Amino acid sequence: MINLNVNQKAYQVDADPNMPLLWVIRDIIGLTGTKYGCGVAQCGACVVHLNGEAVRSCVTKVSRAEGQKIVTIEGLSKDNNHPAQVAWNEENVPQCGYCHSGQIMSAAVLLREKPNPTDEDIDSAMAGNICRCGTYLRIRKAIHLAAELQRKESASK
Amino acid sequence: MKKQLHHKKRYLLPLRAVAVIGFLLSMVGIMAFGLNKKTEPIAGDTKTKPLVIKKDSVASVKAFKQVYTVLMSARCMNCHPSGNIPLQGDESQLHTMSPQRGIDGKGVYAMKCANCHQATNTPGLHTPPGNPNWHLPPADMKMVFQGKTPRQLAKQLINPKQNGNKNMQQLIEHADDGLVLAGWNPGEGRTLPPMSHAAFKKAWITWLTTGAYAPKGK
Repeated sequence: MINLNVNQKAYQVDADPNMPLLWVIRDIIGLTGTKYGCGVAQCGACVVHLNGEAVRSCVTKVSRAEGQKIVTIEGLSKDNNHPAQVAWNEENVPQCGYCHSGQIMSAAVLLREKPNPTDEDIDSAMAGNICRCGTYLRIRKAIHLAAELQRKESASK
Repeated sequence: MKKQLHHKKRYLLPLRAVAVIGFLLSMVGIMAFGLNKKTEPIAGDTKTKPLVIKKDSVASVKAFKQVYTVLMSARCMNCHPSGNIPLQGDESQLHTMSPQRGIDGKGVYAMKCANCHQATNTPGLHTPPGNPNWHLPPADMKMVFQGKTPRQLAKQLINPKQNGNKNMQQLIEHADDGLVLAGWNPGEGRTLPPMSHAAFKKAWITWLTTGAYAPKGK
């Protein structure tokens, strides 16, 4: 049995320690917001947070995540109100939507580490998340808006 | 009375001599113990073997030419790029998705090396190779291999200002660094460096212990 903490909830899963974390999250725990894209860490659709870092869960063995803090798109905020989620909605970013849970999870790390990112920062941070619909310009716009929302949020506290 | 005092002094003299000799002997003993502890090599442990430099420019340059072929192979050079993006594959192309070096050499924001590179190689052809400490040299000590001539690279490797302040002993030990060794365990679909790690290590140590001469030329 492997002990996991996903979205602040404890799970005990009966899985091979070499099983990709993505399989465990989707097929065993049943959180299907995180997507399978390429399976070889090339597209970013499967990004989740492992101790706050944007890891690709398709190549991350579940054994690496044991006892660590995992956050998926379902646990990023309480009411889908993370600044990135609000901004994504506001800017109508997704087209087909398949890659966007990964996009938002990567953007959330950027916004935490660089609360006021430039276009260059955004490009550096998001270069590993591919969108086949080509929504890149809207992603960039939404990240700027999310940064603004985040600033307003912290100013009002 | 005076005679008596003089007699007393003469009586004390051997005692003082014995004390001085005893003190000197104990100091020699302490020093000998200290020195012995510092230099005695432990069998099989290269870290404690005293470093012997025997200058030989011909042997040194010959050894470095072998070292250079390894350092310029894709397995070593890909993580020692001239820019801030690592290289990838046997052709040493720019890494797909353009991950950045970052200050500590471990990437930036959502693009940190360990987000994809696991502690071990990921199974499958051309999947991300792994190591628990995957990184590029940091921004303040880039240790560029790409584009360097043998002379430039040799000089850079032994310059403490450019090599992370490593002395000769630390340079020798670096041959067994985990990431250096990872070059010989690159994962499926990648060629190995042009010689074994043992042969590389031998050439590396020979180069350093014969004076670390840089080949002539530019």
